[in-house]
Amino acid sequence: MRIAEHWVNGAVLIGIAALPLWALLIDEPFTITLVTRAVILALAAVGLNIVLGFGGLVSFGHAVFFGLGGYAMGILAYHAQTYTVLDLGFFTTEGTKSMPIIWLVAMGISAIAAFFIGLLCLRTSGVYFIMITLAFGQMFYYFAISWAQYGGEDGLSIYVRNGFPGLNTLVPIQFFGICFALLCLVLILKARLQRAPFGLALNALRQSEARVATMGLNPMRIKLLAFVLSGAITGLAGALFADLNRFVSPAMFSWQFSGELIVLIIIGGVGRLMGPVIGACVFVALEHFLGGLTDFWHVYLGLILLGIVLFGRGGLLGLLTGKEGAHV
Amino acid sequence: MSDAAPILETRHLSKSFGALKATDDVSITLQPGEIHAIIGPNGAGKSTLIQQICGALRPDTGNVVLDGRDISGLSTQARARAGLGRTFQVSQLCMEDSVLENALLGAVGAQGAAWRFWRRALETAELRATAEAALARVGLSDEAATRCANLSHGARRQLEVAMALTLRPRAFIMDEPMAGMGAAGSKRLTGLLDGLRQEAPILLVEHDMDAVFALADRISVLVYGKIIATGSAQEIRSSRAVREAYLGDAE
Repeated sequence: MRIAEHWVNGAVLIGIAALPLWALLIDEPFTITLVTRAVILALAAVGLNIVLGFGGLVSFGHAVFFGLGGYAMGILAYHAQTYTVLDLGFFTTEGTKSMPIIWLVAMGISAIAAFFIGLLCLRTSGVYFIMITLAFGQMFYYFAISWAQYGGEDGLSIYVRNGFPGLNTLVPIQFFGICFALLCLVLILKARLQRAPFGLALNALRQSEARVATMGLNPMRIKLLAFVLSGAITGLAGALFADLNRFVSPAMFSWQFSGELIVLIIIGGVGRLMGPVIGACVFVALEHFLGGLTDFWHVYLGLILLGIVLFGRGGLLGLLTGKEGAHV
Repeated sequence: MSDAAPILETRHLSKSFGALKATDDVSITLQPGEIHAIIGPNGAGKSTLIQQICGALRPDTGNVVLDGRDISGLSTQARARAGLGRTFQVSQLCMEDSVLENALLGAVGAQGAAWRFWRRALETAELRATAEAALARVGLSDEAATRCANLSHGARRQLEVAMALTLRPRAFIMDEPMAGMGAAGSKRLTGLLDGLRQEAPILLVEHDMDAVFALADRISVLVYGKIIATGSAQEIRSSRAVREAYLGDAE
């Protein structure tokens, strides 16, 4: 079975858009929430795929950015709902319940964190890179646990979902629309990026760093920018995820979540535009259906992952399109 | 050789790894329009020398000078931008990508265009023009769409040269371009390099003696990290010291 990749991509996006509409018709709001969850996880994984798939940098600490996005939302909304002042020392604010502002803050903080983490981590490669990103993830995780002001281990509950001008975000289909639109926007940007000179250089970097330097390009700067973009996108997903659950907890920083993101990408197809999206849909579907049957559904997820790694190196997208590599 | 100012020069380069002197006070020049070959037995320190010239290794002492400017402190990428076009002994190409995309990477580097995020590299006229001109120069135009991994060994060597060309270098540094080539391929590449010296002089490290004697205006012989002789092909062939150290006494 061989289908052109753009047909698969189109079908997946249409499917993701159609399912919640159908759920709306038959009045199944939970299905809408489920698809929204898949869309947000997909967004987080699309971010990770920039460094993992194209740059070949296996970051085992992307939960840092997901968590920062989540806590950016949580902290801003917490101060807004308690009418307290957020004092940053040089700047005070009363918090906000506006999604666009929260997104910008989430992306900004994640980008800044990615810049400094990247500055340190990107000097290493291979196993060391994996380990040092994991270490950063754990640092943030334990910091969040001990941060009593914002709920510590218990996390923070936000009672009312944040607002978006002109929409009622508490209506599941409307919130889904926001998340889906953001995912599509990021996918368009990503599709352009990977064919643009920057994408060409990043893609070359994965294959031969010596070659890239010999062509007069600075490998460190290219990797660092990719890491920052990647972190910002995952941070945006974190803010949306927090809004979906109206809850933030240190679990968003956990290494298990970093691992899940990697698993999503491998299931869907490493280095492919839609790989993370397909991976996220499959992951959420398995979690829902198998999770309903048994608490030990991760066993089956593991078997599927094993099958894909052994028999279909290009992930599900690779199996469908009959192409192993993303650039063939 | 002419007394014109050299394009590229090493001044008293030395590099040791522990007790091993890999480069021992090496001073060589590369004059405009010439091919200067470095030959020497395995382990003589040829690759170490090239790495110091191109920036992958720092010399313990000494300088690398390009166009009268000391580039010893610069990174690999800064030296490439300053005008060093390097080819590798073992091809460093993006195997998953097409030949044209590889050449485009050179064009992106040459024009400092890596910070562009929207327009497709393939559809950017000035990048494409540079890449296609370089491919045409080495005779790879017909292979532009071929995936690099499917390219013959000889064509990969040609692509290495094309990528160096996209930089419009002031000097080429070629590390065994003939390595692994058959007789016919070697001959074709020899013809290509012969014409290339007009564009920029070539510092050529090579094991293929036929190619070296056919191409080189000057030959330097490196033994145990030291240059033991520099001269024309004729002078090198008749030098006793070189014969003993390198060519063997058989003749």
